[in-house]
Amino acid sequence: MPDLAIRENSLGRLASAARTIPAAMLTVLPDAAKLLFRGRPSSIDAAGKAFGIALPMEACRFATSGNRTAYWLGPDEWLLQAVGEDSAALFAGLAAALAGHSQSLVDVSHRSDAFALSGPQAAYILNHGCPLDLSLQTFPVGMCTRTIFGKATIMLSRPAPEVFHIDAWRSFAPYVWQLLDEARSELA
Amino acid sequence: MSGRFRTPSGGRVDRRRTIRFTFDGKSYQGFEGDTLASALLANGVHLVGRSFKYHRPRGIVTAGSDEPNALVGVGVDDAHYTPNLRATQVEIYDGLVAESQNRWPSLNFDVGAVNEVFAPFLSAGFYYKTFMWPRAAWAKLYEPLIRRAAGLGRAPEQPDADRYTQVYAHCDVLIVGAGPAGLAAALATSASGAKVFVCDEQAEMGGSLLAEKTAVIDGLLAADWTAKALADLAARTNVTLMPRTTAFGWYPHNFLGLCERITDHVAKADPKLPRERLWQVRAKEVVLATGALERPLVFPDNDRPGIMMAEAARIYANRFGVKPGDKALIFTACDSAYRAALDLKAAGVAIAAIADLRAAPGGLWVDRARAAGIDVRAATVVTGTSGRLRIDSVSLAKLGPDGRTGASETIACDLLLMSGGFTPSVHLFSQSRGKLVYDEALQAYLPGASVERERSVGACRGISDLDTVLNDGAAGGSGAAQAAGFAGALGGTFAVHTDSVGTDGFIGVTPHGGHPSKTRAWIDFQNDVTAKDVKLAIREGFRSIEHVKRYTTTGMATDQGKTSNMNALGLVSETLQIPVPQVGLTTFRPPYTPTTFGIFAGQSRGDLFDPLRQTPIHDWAVAQGAVFEDVSLWKRAHYFPRAGEDMHAAVARECKATRQAVGIFDATTLGKIEVVGKDAAELMNRMYTNAWTKLEPGRLRYGVMLREDGFVMDDGVVGRMAPDRFHITTTTGGAPRVLAMMEDYIQTEWPDLDVWLTSTTEEWAVIAVQGPLARKVLEPLVEDIDLSREAMPHMSVREGKICGVPTRLFRVSFTGELGFEVNVPAGYGRAVWEAIFAAGKPYGITPYGTETMHVLRAEKGFIIVGQETDGTVTPDDAGLSWAIGKAKKDFVGKRSLARPAMTASDRKQLVGLLTVNPKTVLEEGAQIVADPAQPIPMTMLGHVTSSYWSTTLDRSIALALVRGGRARIGERLSVPMPDGPITVELVEPIFYDPKGARLDA
Amino acid sequence: MLLITCPHCGPRAELEFSYGGEAHIARPIDPTGLDDEAWATFLYKRSNPKGVHAERWRHLHGCGRFFNVLRDTISDTIVTTYPAGQPRPALPSDGKENAR
Repeated sequence: MPDLAIRENSLGRLASAARTIPAAMLTVLPDAAKLLFRGRPSSIDAAGKAFGIALPMEACRFATSGNRTAYWLGPDEWLLQAVGEDSAALFAGLAAALAGHSQSLVDVSHRSDAFALSGPQAAYILNHGCPLDLSLQTFPVGMCTRTIFGKATIMLSRPAPEVFHIDAWRSFAPYVWQLLDEARSELA
Repeated sequence: MSGRFRTPSGGRVDRRRTIRFTFDGKSYQGFEGDTLASALLANGVHLVGRSFKYHRPRGIVTAGSDEPNALVGVGVDDAHYTPNLRATQVEIYDGLVAESQNRWPSLNFDVGAVNEVFAPFLSAGFYYKTFMWPRAAWAKLYEPLIRRAAGLGRAPEQPDADRYTQVYAHCDVLIVGAGPAGLAAALATSASGAKVFVCDEQAEMGGSLLAEKTAVIDGLLAADWTAKALADLAARTNVTLMPRTTAFGWYPHNFLGLCERITDHVAKADPKLPRERLWQVRAKEVVLATGALERPLVFPDNDRPGIMMAEAARIYANRFGVKPGDKALIFTACDSAYRAALDLKAAGVAIAAIADLRAAPGGLWVDRARAAGIDVRAATVVTGTSGRLRIDSVSLAKLGPDGRTGASETIACDLLLMSGGFTPSVHLFSQSRGKLVYDEALQAYLPGASVERERSVGACRGISDLDTVLNDGAAGGSGAAQAAGFAGALGGTFAVHTDSVGTDGFIGVTPHGGHPSKTRAWIDFQNDVTAKDVKLAIREGFRSIEHVKRYTTTGMATDQGKTSNMNALGLVSETLQIPVPQVGLTTFRPPYTPTTFGIFAGQSRGDLFDPLRQTPIHDWAVAQGAVFEDVSLWKRAHYFPRAGEDMHAAVARECKATRQAVGIFDATTLGKIEVVGKDAAELMNRMYTNAWTKLEPGRLRYGVMLREDGFVMDDGVVGRMAPDRFHITTTTGGAPRVLAMMEDYIQTEWPDLDVWLTSTTEEWAVIAVQGPLARKVLEPLVEDIDLSREAMPHMSVREGKICGVPTRLFRVSFTGELGFEVNVPAGYGRAVWEAIFAAGKPYGITPYGTETMHVLRAEKGFIIVGQETDGTVTPDDAGLSWAIGKAKKDFVGKRSLARPAMTASDRKQLVGLLTVNPKTVLEEGAQIVADPAQPIPMTMLGHVTSSYWSTTLDRSIALALVRGGRARIGERLSVPMPDGPITVELVEPIFYDPKGARLDA
Repeated sequence: MLLITCPHCGPRAELEFSYGGEAHIARPIDPTGLDDEAWATFLYKRSNPKGVHAERWRHLHGCGRFFNVLRDTISDTIVTTYPAGQPRPALPSDGKENAR
């Protein structure tokens, strides 16, 4: 297992200087093993069994069990996330279980970094760049989707009514964070 | 006290709170709740600006956003300055600094008014006619002159100090306008539980109800009913009330732009707040309750300060407690001006007379005016006015049954009020692409069939009396809730006690008996367009209103003709003797009122303008003093200057170190795609020109990708990691389009292939270690990988570990030297880079940037897609025929390569160029010709695509695309430059180590 | 800004999508069997109608899927959306010729 202490989060410096604004908090989420799974319908069950979570078949939904979450990203695409795990071991386990299936598994653990936006004004702040209707009726708890924030693609999920998780590619993550931080200035 | 013209009591201003402000440097007082216009009027100030073209003195005409004249600049300094604000919308606060515009040296004495003398030369189309010749004079003389003389406010030169934000919002029903119809709609629709937004451009909601003194609604005086309605709405959690918010634009699918003004009315604004917020609202249903605008009458000299809309004067009196003058004369074509006259009289303004255009005005309001002792004159017109900086008298004449005017009588006054009736505000409806329908009886365009999910209610669809307006609003609000899927809206009717003012009105130019060429009756105040100009345009053959508009500029000012369009139409209709609908109607476009650039920029300014993409090694390069360049959105280290070095010296040193020892380069920005699945090789075969089937796992290949039209789209090194897994690299800028094109083919052409793509651009940090000593640097750091020449030849890839973290180690070279590209998970990129750099110290490892990378690859004749190619270059043009799998039956772009034009012998082909003088470095983009002495335009044979000083070769080198270039190798051609032609020799496009011995070291 | 209904994710703002040109233009199975003119027609000729247009969009910043949209090029009204690979739906007002 590599020396994880040398892993750098693209948001590390911003996070350490983050302002405390209770109405809309920005918090970096812990590093995770992330595998991108794509495949034929026949491979989905096997992937879910090996990962320990049945992959959500409903569009734009995620399922969580313990430190693991499976996010529906497209009709043949799921992000399998395991917080605090070594991606190589996770990959090896899944790859073995999926041998012979028509599918693709790619380690994307370092591609993106994630953070939470939480608080009573989280949705309002997120709408400063995200065009989705974030009311609980149209974006309920348990929903996830790729979408756009400003000029960056993000993966957005809602684990609780006032908590959003934002996963952005490394080089875009600071931009997304800073734009949200600028937007929440009026709540400071 | 806030001015002599303030009424002793009444109005909605807060008389306990005095506000101090300055206008053109002079201090004034007003009350909280005043607009700049009402406060100036309270102080007797009517002259507030100079007109656009003739610099005519101009005063306040309206009380709303339709104001054409009273444009002011506001702001204490340049960083907070906004020009061209309508004084009728500017709320005063303590310390407000406002100034008039388009005058020099002062508003009272304006040198530009000399244009008045030249007025005969400034008629319609004068720009086109006058400034045509000589052509050379345009840029240097005419344009600067016109720009200085004619214009609006000045643009501030300091960066805007304010914040602006943009936010998306969604609602079930958006109601635009909070007058009686909008409030009734809001009450009805919100009772259903629908999420409702109500926006209104004014500071206070209520619209016309705010100036209503006598009407009774459901047993309450209008003001009390309004207050109750607003309180009820505010108490409903599903309602958002948005005052000071202009719905300025309608975009497809019920998407509206709303500009909320947040701090402009506050003396000491909270610095955390944005000055303005752009609401980007998607509404399931929209209710337009945008009301109607009063029309001016067009008569000679109708533009003097002190000439005002009748309803505006009523608003100033009733709502702001301001008398717009001491003695008013009223010129009208409708009953509402009588109501205004009575309210003004009650406020203490003497009414000199009411001149009514109509032959036999009668009815309730006329009777009331007569009963109040007002001199009502039927069939009477204004034939002229006088007064330099403020109106001082009006000439009236009787209108005979034949349309001729009789003898004129002059009446002294300091206020002339006019009313030509009301024009429904159909701007947003028109923006929504709904068709307007002309209503003969109302002489107005009304909303026809809807295109979007919206409905118009109240005065904006031609309904005028308060009871019907309220009931229409309620019905519309209820309908909108139902259409949005909500039952339980309140329809209902209101019990209203009020008196109708009818729907009379007039469009066009009122009869005046003056000589047509000697009288000037203004149609468009803001653009200084007179009836004479419009008639001239018609005489010169313009028929369509779209052409008349552009030729005369009527309706093209910042107010988009809110007060002028219908009168222009009326005039054209009358002159051409055709009905108004045949004249047409100009198109309304966003924004409804002028909108700041700030809200369109929003938070996208400075470092947040675009994502600044940085690699994990970025901060290290910053610490080393690297100079960066933008490559698409990425910041890349361009070169690493040491103390005293310029770019030339730094690049020379970096090149030398890499060729002689070892260099280290951050190649993280390369695009990467993982192609996985049992049909991965088949997809590669179809997408790339090369053959992939036989590439063994652990080997690399340079791949070329074409578009279907046969032109080079991208290139990059591809590694086969396993039989069913490829690691593609793309150009830095090309990654998204390569991925998109491959996805397109997989999803839409070959869905049967078992293969999937995953972008891994950001998964891997890529550290290029290049140079004869590269192996020595890396060897001690890797585990489980044999880097020897035998075990790991050029163009191979191994998986293992480096510095304890996983790596995909490529043996590949873009420099021509022994080289490796170390891929490690991005989070480890910085640590591994530093470890390699430390290990390379004993060998003189040198960081190099993109400029050195460019020079080194050009020495080897390696192309860069986007530099040697431009979307019209085939693989053969670029010298890449060797990369085409000849045996392959098909690949994307193959069929196009056989089209006749793609195989012509005179296509531009890649060659090397050596200047005859080795010290001369060509300019990239320079054209290449055979004979520089040939007459212009010369026959151009090609152009320079890359050009550098090569330290390695101690001379300049260049790559070029030249017609039939390969057959010309050995020839001399010429590059004409301003300092004289440069002679070049065409050579093979490779300058260094042509056999590639160094690569294989 | 258009509101486009992704067949998988539902209605989303136009910002999330990329445009993909006219729909139902299949790449020939055997390009080498086509003469130059037929190939040029496949490459470059598009119908560009005034009215209902079948066009491709991709939910780029979403599920990533390509799909087809019937959009009226005059009003921007979207008549319907349907997954890639399905035939163009017939319109009530559309007559016979479009159901290919």
